[in-house]
Amino acid sequence: MPPAEGALLEALDLSRSFGRRPVLRGVSLALRPGDVMVVLGPNGAGKSTLLRLLSGLLRPGSGEVRWKGTTLRRGDHQARRRLGLLAHQSFLYDDLTLMENLVFAARLYALPDPRAAARAALADAGLAERADDTPRALSRGAVQRAAVARAFLHEPEAVLLDEPFTGLDASAAHHLRDQLGQLRSRRGAALLVTHRPDEAWELTNRVGVILDGRLALDEPRPDDLSAFLGRYHAMIRG
Amino acid sequence: MDLAQAQRVVRRGAWLTAIAVVGAVGIYVMALSFTPPDIRQGLAQKIFYIHAPAAWNAMMAFVLVGIASGLYLWLGDPRLDRFAAASAEVGVAFCCVVLTTGPIWGKPIWGTWWTWDARLTLTLFLFFLFLGYLVLRRAIVDPMERGRFSAVVGILGMLLVPFIHLSVYFFRTLHPQPILMKPSSPSLPPEMLRTLLTSFGVFTLLYIGFVTLRYGLALATEAQEARRHA
Amino acid sequence: MGNWLRSALAVAAKDIRLELRSKTSLLSGTVFAALVLLIFNFARDPTGLSALDLAPSALWVTYAFASIVTLNRGFAVERENAALDGLLLAPLPRGALYLGKYFANFVFVAFIEAVTLPLFVLFFNLDLSTSWWGIMLVAILATAGFLAAGTVFSAMVIRTSFAELMLPVLLLPFMVPPLMAAAESTAHLLGGRPLSEVMGWLRFLALYDLAFVTLCGMTFSFVVDE
Repeated sequence: MPPAEGALLEALDLSRSFGRRPVLRGVSLALRPGDVMVVLGPNGAGKSTLLRLLSGLLRPGSGEVRWKGTTLRRGDHQARRRLGLLAHQSFLYDDLTLMENLVFAARLYALPDPRAAARAALADAGLAERADDTPRALSRGAVQRAAVARAFLHEPEAVLLDEPFTGLDASAAHHLRDQLGQLRSRRGAALLVTHRPDEAWELTNRVGVILDGRLALDEPRPDDLSAFLGRYHAMIRG
Repeated sequence: MDLAQAQRVVRRGAWLTAIAVVGAVGIYVMALSFTPPDIRQGLAQKIFYIHAPAAWNAMMAFVLVGIASGLYLWLGDPRLDRFAAASAEVGVAFCCVVLTTGPIWGKPIWGTWWTWDARLTLTLFLFFLFLGYLVLRRAIVDPMERGRFSAVVGILGMLLVPFIHLSVYFFRTLHPQPILMKPSSPSLPPEMLRTLLTSFGVFTLLYIGFVTLRYGLALATEAQEARRHA
Repeated sequence: MGNWLRSALAVAAKDIRLELRSKTSLLSGTVFAALVLLIFNFARDPTGLSALDLAPSALWVTYAFASIVTLNRGFAVERENAALDGLLLAPLPRGALYLGKYFANFVFVAFIEAVTLPLFVLFFNLDLSTSWWGIMLVAILATAGFLAAGTVFSAMVIRTSFAELMLPVLLLPFMVPPLMAAAESTAHLLGGRPLSEVMGWLRFLALYDLAFVTLCGMTFSFVVDE
């Protein structure tokens, strides 16, 4: 299958099994600059696996993942520099302060001024006063904002988000939408796996559905959310 | 990969093993009836015909595990992983043979059950390396992860062997000098040499037979698993 | 190259900072080592075996076990909040990750060894005035050897059910060459022999360290990456 023109991140006929159990079967999609794609699907459909494959944490059984036309390989770090993943877990160390956590992440991404980047990201997240607290001392919403700050710290071009709005309080959800808006305006792309498409509907421009390991739907975002949800539920039932 | 193919491999392995076992019986007969006893060591020396080939094959099994491990990490072919696992299992069995025949041979000759000589010590290490390798394999469920991890252990194990050699080299050894290693001519009388070489051949055949058998069993197990999940 | 080393140092610094916060591994490792030395002392017959004869083995068994205890902590700390994923997502060369972990482990074990050495001198009634720096050199090289394969295996066994049991099973054969070299050298040094006599062993240790750190760094990706 030929690669899509100008795509940032693509899945080409991606398949992956765990042991004997196939989880993804031949999924292909392309994220272009400015895309904010929302993907829905029942539990166990393969959504998280797709994200892990796209981020390079998992290797495909067959098919490939491409970053700007180049296949992701073991040891390839160029793509990692420009990718971000926001998952259920925060990737933060409970015994380090937020500042220490973010400075470390900044160093991992070889940012030129780690302390400044960390400070800016924390300020953006409204966590400037809590910079010297550890995640243990923070409310859940604050930890989530910190996780978002960490995910966007290195100004990624493409961000993959796994149910990012679940359990987020209002301020954290606002911060995340902010970051997504900024990402879109600098021509980045995002792929959100979510049960709550309404949370970022205005930012979304594409929708998809994963059913039973396959991409059952991939189209421009319709204007009517409730009609779309109706179709989605019908797809699951059918 | 299907059950029928697996069964074919198992059958082939069983035949090879059967032939090798017959060969082993033949060696037994040869060693006892058709080979002169050693002047100094007497009857106990006959164990040598089992001990030395087993040691050689254990070492070869280990080297093959290491090579297969390296190739597996490079090529990703699951057949290499399956082969490495089979070779490791057969290798650990041969190590047991060496570690039991060694003391049985040593006690009447040197008066002790165990000596820290070069070959025996190396075999002991191979035994523990094999064991660690196999225990690790049992502890990991995902086949790809299991293959990768054991391959890394296999490669690191190969690197360890020369260091073990070096370590032991620094100590005195009680093991009989390797009388076959003289460049001019072997110091063994021809009948002994004949028995020894035949034994080497038989043991190598035994290795091939066992590994084929084990490989076939692994194939059969995977085929059955696939059938169960499909 | 500079970036590579910087990343490794960042990982090491992070690990050291983390451990200094909780101190659990350092404290339990030190107590463990002290207890092992104590047991060695009580378990011997003072009339049968002189302190000087037992001392090298006692010291090195202690140090070896202290290394294993410390190694167990290595990747356990990355399990909280899926921190390891955070590391693997980043453009962090896996060899740099290995080296960073290795270096942090080294610092922890070196601490435990340094704290335990005075106890060793005390319990076994030794005089280290001429030999202490030779023993320190041996300790540095041998510990570097223990931790080389140890760091790789500690990353592997995290995925198994009996991690604390699996690690020694895998690692002990690999610890024997450096252990042997260390015990021999220490025995020579404690017996008053000059450092020049143990140079062979030191070269052996250095070669071992170089060979294993290199190969382990190269194969580390196969352990942490899918």
